[in-house]
Amino acid sequence: MKFAVLVFPGSNCDHDCYHVLKHVVGVSTEFLWHKETSLAGFDGVVIPGGFSYGDYLRCGAIARFSPIMKAVEAFAREGGSVIGVCNGFQILVEAGLLPGALIRNRGLKFICADVNLRVETTRTPYTAEFRKGEVLTMPIAHAEGNYTADPETLDKLKRNDQVVFRYCDASGNAADSANPNGAMENIAGIVSEGRNVLGMMPHPDRCAEKVLGSEDGLRLFKSMVNSLSESRV
Amino acid sequence: MAFDAAVEMTEEIAARHGLSAEEYARIVRHLGRAPNITELGIFSVMWSEHCSYKSSRVHLRRFPTTGPRVIQGPGENAGAVDVGGGLAAVFKMESHNHPSFIEPYQGAATGVGGILRDVFTMGARPIASLDSLRFGPLTDPRHRTLLEGVVAGISGYGNCVGVPTVGGELSCHPSYAGNILVNVFTLGIAKADRLFRGTATGVGNPVIYVGSRTGRDGIHGATMASAEFDDESDRKRPTVQVGDPFTEKLLLEACLELMSNDMIVGIQDMGAAGLTSSSCEMAGRAGTGIELWLDKVPRREPGMTPYELMLSESQERMLIVAKAGRETEVMEIFEKWDLPVAVIGRVTGSGTLRVMDGGRLAAEIPVQALTDDAPVYNRPIARPTDQDERNRLDPSALPALAEPEDYGRVLRTLLAVPGIAHKGWVVRQYDHMVRTNTVVRPGSDAAVVRIKGTAKGLALSVDCNSRYCFLDPRRGGALAVAEAARNLSCSGATPLAVTDCLNFGSPERPETMWQFSEAVDGISEACAALGTPVVSGNVSFYNETNGAGIYPTPMIAMVGLLEDVEKRAEQGFSKEGEAILLLGETPGRLGGSEYLASIHGLEKGSPPSLDLDLEKRVQAVCREAIRAGLVSAAHDTSDGGLAVALAESCLSGPKPIGARVDLQNPGGSRADEVLFGEAASRIILSVPEGKIAEMEAIAREHAVPFFRIGTVGGEKLEISVGGRGLVSEDVAGLDDAWRNALARQLGVA
Amino acid sequence: MKAKIYVTLKSGVLDPQGKAVEQALHALGFKEVGGVRIGKYLEIALDGGTRDEAEHRVREMCEKLLANLIIEDYRFEIGP
Repeated sequence: MKFAVLVFPGSNCDHDCYHVLKHVVGVSTEFLWHKETSLAGFDGVVIPGGFSYGDYLRCGAIARFSPIMKAVEAFAREGGSVIGVCNGFQILVEAGLLPGALIRNRGLKFICADVNLRVETTRTPYTAEFRKGEVLTMPIAHAEGNYTADPETLDKLKRNDQVVFRYCDASGNAADSANPNGAMENIAGIVSEGRNVLGMMPHPDRCAEKVLGSEDGLRLFKSMVNSLSESRV
Repeated sequence: MAFDAAVEMTEEIAARHGLSAEEYARIVRHLGRAPNITELGIFSVMWSEHCSYKSSRVHLRRFPTTGPRVIQGPGENAGAVDVGGGLAAVFKMESHNHPSFIEPYQGAATGVGGILRDVFTMGARPIASLDSLRFGPLTDPRHRTLLEGVVAGISGYGNCVGVPTVGGELSCHPSYAGNILVNVFTLGIAKADRLFRGTATGVGNPVIYVGSRTGRDGIHGATMASAEFDDESDRKRPTVQVGDPFTEKLLLEACLELMSNDMIVGIQDMGAAGLTSSSCEMAGRAGTGIELWLDKVPRREPGMTPYELMLSESQERMLIVAKAGRETEVMEIFEKWDLPVAVIGRVTGSGTLRVMDGGRLAAEIPVQALTDDAPVYNRPIARPTDQDERNRLDPSALPALAEPEDYGRVLRTLLAVPGIAHKGWVVRQYDHMVRTNTVVRPGSDAAVVRIKGTAKGLALSVDCNSRYCFLDPRRGGALAVAEAARNLSCSGATPLAVTDCLNFGSPERPETMWQFSEAVDGISEACAALGTPVVSGNVSFYNETNGAGIYPTPMIAMVGLLEDVEKRAEQGFSKEGEAILLLGETPGRLGGSEYLASIHGLEKGSPPSLDLDLEKRVQAVCREAIRAGLVSAAHDTSDGGLAVALAESCLSGPKPIGARVDLQNPGGSRADEVLFGEAASRIILSVPEGKIAEMEAIAREHAVPFFRIGTVGGEKLEISVGGRGLVSEDVAGLDDAWRNALARQLGVA
Repeated sequence: MKAKIYVTLKSGVLDPQGKAVEQALHALGFKEVGGVRIGKYLEIALDGGTRDEAEHRVREMCEKLLANLIIEDYRFEIGP
């Protein structure tokens, strides 16, 4: 099994995602430069965080036109596993692979802090090994993580069980006071209709080793790897 | 070929470039003729205080700069020390004070950009930054705006490049009302045998320009009555440089890719004085010459003159000397990263900097005249006449604080002082976790980053108490070094080496030079005693407005090594029932204390005394105890004395926790002196009951006194002195006073 | 009355955003593009006062808050 970590100009969590997959989870992983055009031979794709193209026009707006994104779209259409973390999530919504948009945090400032997340569904390859309603701790680090969508889209996301994570307090209430960025209905992560494309603002790559304080992120990556192994059998 | 004769050179034009009549005469002697305007511009930037260190050089020579671990001392883009396993820690600190005062966001952002380039120029990947900030009082709306802007600039730049800002410090004082300080530090990791230096060796080797195109940024040349320097061209020259962190990130990755191959002989950041300083410093170090072809320089704007091209401070640019024949490979790497790249010259054996603008010779100057032969001044020194008065303090004249509840109020007041208050509002805006190495996040005595692929970690701290330095610059300088080392020891790390940023007023003022010289001596003594050589640094003079200079602020950043990153400590108490031990017995004193300044409005007396031998032993005990697994929390006692240190430990853990403490007072000091008096060489530890005996053995071995002063637990911080209860505060209230103070003072709570 | 305000970077000041967008447009095949500069556009409704007063006030708003005169220029139009 082999994973690709995409590298756009300005990606800065590419090394972090690579490190977790290759050295912590222990699966074969390669960096893939954004000018590449093929994902042949890869079983999963990670679009890492960072500031692709400086986030200068809109976050993710320029990266979605990179040559590799055509391959990512085809890969996703065929049911391939794609995770976008933070800037990766922003790229996925700009590319139309996930619905909605990510706008400026309501406090207008960049926020780097641990947040609590409630697992809303285990019906995804990424959360199959969590418990529904379980509270995780993960770091966020973004200025544009405020998830927004029109009412129909929001309705559809809920109807189809596509909301994967919500910001919550320590006891699991998705309270407004626990919402760091103003995201609609505290949404922190969503999955595509086909359940194979995950976008999330929190960083599982930053909490995948005990020495960093939490291993909740590691469970997400392991869940993905295990689901892929099973589906290959 | 003719020299540009459009501008007739006069001493007055030289004076507008900041060159004295004597310096101008010296230029004429070096050249054997009058310089043209481009040459004058080149001399003026190379002989500026910033590039030449002309007022500080004679003093900086007194720093200890060598040691068994030092791989690269001062004089290069950054210093480097051996951390074992074939790796080097590469680090430096720099100031960006003046630009940040003019435009806080861009000033701070480009400061971060500059220090990152200094580090990755050496072949090191930057893994952590710190920043040390000084503002005027936050009651002044201008300083609230400056603080917000500086923090946003550091955040905007550092976050985008993806180098975590893992800590630093911040404080406010009226002496910074006209001159804020923005000092930024970056640490990188490199293979010890793969360090790159700014050197232009090998006659015939190509000189390659990479990075952003050159614009008219930051050219400070005086307005001149000439065709070349009319009002129009002055208007076109923005004095503020805009940072482009995205290009910096590309430049970083491209340079590291370049340096993993064997294509280049030298590389240097085009920082202050851009093309000029990078080219002649590289030639100067190699003893060679350099020829530049300005028509090849990538430009952002049409019609730029040689003067502008040589002096531009456009950001995110590098100068590389490649091995002859490898040009194409070098260019391919930068083209991959979509960065402008061009061969703009070659190394010569002439010993001169020769600047060609098409077929025209624009400048020709002996390199040595710009570098080694730049003026060096031993400026006059005079101890301030009111120095004795500053040191005079009569505690008996202070109003006594008798009522126990008053001590609680004093404690809450001190916890809200910006220098002591929780910095959450600031560090939340910094990505302090990217690169997933941050093991101890901002908010403890030292930040700790692990070194991936090893068991090791590096601890970082930056310190300076400028009030101490104002009262006694020599002891203040030594105390800054001691505190930085103590902070590292409190994390369990062995202090390795220092980089500094010496911020002072005008060197033309003998009193300022006295402070500078004294501070250098103090730093040198402490660095020698603690075995932490100075490996890089920066001097920032002229932090003075309308005759009012800042307090002397020699900022000390120190890097320490943890052989096993798992064996570390943080400052927060977390374990109910553990014993609180005080390591070291130096009694606190009121002189120069935060308490005296904040509560009594007095900045007088002498700063705490410092016994470097004791300091060393106290730190050794702390480190050994941490490595032996005896310590749950360790915290240096500094600003605000024991009471503030205890409160900080109660509030910094995973959640606030109380403590019950009884302080002895054998000398019969005033209660406020026991609670809030400051002293060096003291560390608070939280140790499980069952491990006190082991702790005692380690302390005895080093002949360090220690005392059990209390117990962790409960919902209150209760402190008595000699059995008399003086402080009894709910930790929740203290936590609010401390945690929300900064946001409240900024009006954003 | 309504004010339309344009805040742009002064000429000569580096515009990293404009540069990135220009490169992206080139990559998408818009080879004819050059000199991309990104600015801000604001619409502000003004209550009462004469046109002269409005001009005066808008200028004040621009200089105090909307533009950073160290790096930015502004211009505006006032209409009904």
